[in-house]
Amino acid sequence: MAFKVINPGLMTVTEDFGRFGYQHIGVTTGGPMDEHAFLWANRLLGNSFDSAQLEITIGQLSLEVQQPTTIAITGGDLGASINGKRIKPWFSYPVDSGDLIAFNTAVNGLRAYLAVKGGFDFPQQLGSASTVSREKIGGLRSDGKKLAPGDLLNYKPTHPLPHTSVPSQFIPDYQAPITLGVIPGYQCDSFSKAEISKFFSSEYEVSADIDRMGYRLSGEPVHSSLDGIISEGISYGAIQIPKDGQPIILLRDRQTIGGYPKIGCVTSLDAARISQRGPGTKVRFALKDIHEAEADRMIYNNFFGIGRRIAPVN
Amino acid sequence: MKIQPLSEDSLIVYMGDGIDRLVARKVKAATYRIRQDLFSYVVDIIPSYNSIHLTYDLTQADFFWFHSQLRGLLADIDGMTFSDQKGAVIEIPVYYGDEVALDIADIVERCHLSRDEIVTIHSQQLYTVYAIGFSPGFAYLGNTDQRIAMPRKNTPRLRVPAGSLGIADTQTAIYPSDSPGGWQILGRTPIELLDFQKSSLTPMDMGDLVKFVEIDRKEYLSLGGRL
Repeated sequence: MAFKVINPGLMTVTEDFGRFGYQHIGVTTGGPMDEHAFLWANRLLGNSFDSAQLEITIGQLSLEVQQPTTIAITGGDLGASINGKRIKPWFSYPVDSGDLIAFNTAVNGLRAYLAVKGGFDFPQQLGSASTVSREKIGGLRSDGKKLAPGDLLNYKPTHPLPHTSVPSQFIPDYQAPITLGVIPGYQCDSFSKAEISKFFSSEYEVSADIDRMGYRLSGEPVHSSLDGIISEGISYGAIQIPKDGQPIILLRDRQTIGGYPKIGCVTSLDAARISQRGPGTKVRFALKDIHEAEADRMIYNNFFGIGRRIAPVN
Repeated sequence: MKIQPLSEDSLIVYMGDGIDRLVARKVKAATYRIRQDLFSYVVDIIPSYNSIHLTYDLTQADFFWFHSQLRGLLADIDGMTFSDQKGAVIEIPVYYGDEVALDIADIVERCHLSRDEIVTIHSQQLYTVYAIGFSPGFAYLGNTDQRIAMPRKNTPRLRVPAGSLGIADTQTAIYPSDSPGGWQILGRTPIELLDFQKSSLTPMDMGDLVKFVEIDRKEYLSLGGRL
């Protein structure tokens, strides 16, 4: 039971919820850039929240279906089709042997998620199927490489499912203005009041320098009174301010430790939102209370049935 | 000790200022306690130099509960004295020969010392693991003798071979896998320092003590070293 990769596309990787419990030896978490789209794809199919999927960036992927199953597509609209018939994201679709699932190019948003009923059966490395190319870990060959032509993406046979779709209020508008909630922390005290107010009142632009490690923004430079700091652990969503004053939001494949001053962290829910935005997108920051962010996240975890993440003891 | 919240599910504990081996020992001790007592709530832990970064599981613990547990667990750690007594030492064999010491000519020139003097200074000392990061298994060890302190290369190498031993400023480290890098290379170990198939993954942990043991070409090759 498999999909056969005809064209792997520009950047298609296997992702599950992430690789936990290995940051102390420098192994990052990985995981879906857009967690919201990822969680909905699994939910549409009744999968466990952490079932492995494909993360398709920009597009150009095509797959041949070898046995019938049901798929879900969420996230960015990358011009997907089944046998040439255009399909929309945020729906599930039955597919039959011989069907061709194809993605063209990004129409709206940047990344799409493709889930299969029951989850893909990808190999796991250190407890996760997530691909981290920099670390040469995860993926179909456990070497951190993206998909290649001829790869087989295995899944278990299932009964066809009825069509399901994501209610419209949960579908984000990737064209809407975006403001990211920031929990101040780390070295925020090393930024003067004037620098802090500059940061929260300026409009930044997503640069061309974006990948799974982080998003570099450009705009009004902000400066810390510190040149560098003693390297320390980096949270998901941390905003690093290097000497040039241009913020970098650190995302799923971020390095585990770093020595640049940080002004705080973008909330996890907002870090997922920025990952659908491409170069040129205007971004603003707003202060977010940590307790409010915690409450938001707990409600979100409950909604998606996110369970315990058991880290290995070592 | 200072606990600072960072995000919905992460915080950092600062345990001292500066790069100091006694602070590193305190971090190691606190990390051990957290692993013992709070492991079912902790998703990830990153000890580094003078801090411990923790990600906790929001489905098991909330901000107030986790912070109070942590404060209780570490309450007495500031008052504890961490002596410089030597614990277990991890010995890593290193071949310092010219064919693997890619930057030895530069190092000799910069230090105004002979190759043998550099090797003796580098290998006679005990190092502390201050942090692990940059890439999986990459351990920052310090501090080297000031006489062999070395700035990074102006142009980083695109590929540093796995096992290479480098120096940058007063820190020294082994590249566990082939990767780009700008440290000055003065030798290579035949030992596999990162093995995703092994349960230990990497022999070094933050706060451990490490010593480099010089081996010759024949030993290097017999231990599986590649040239």
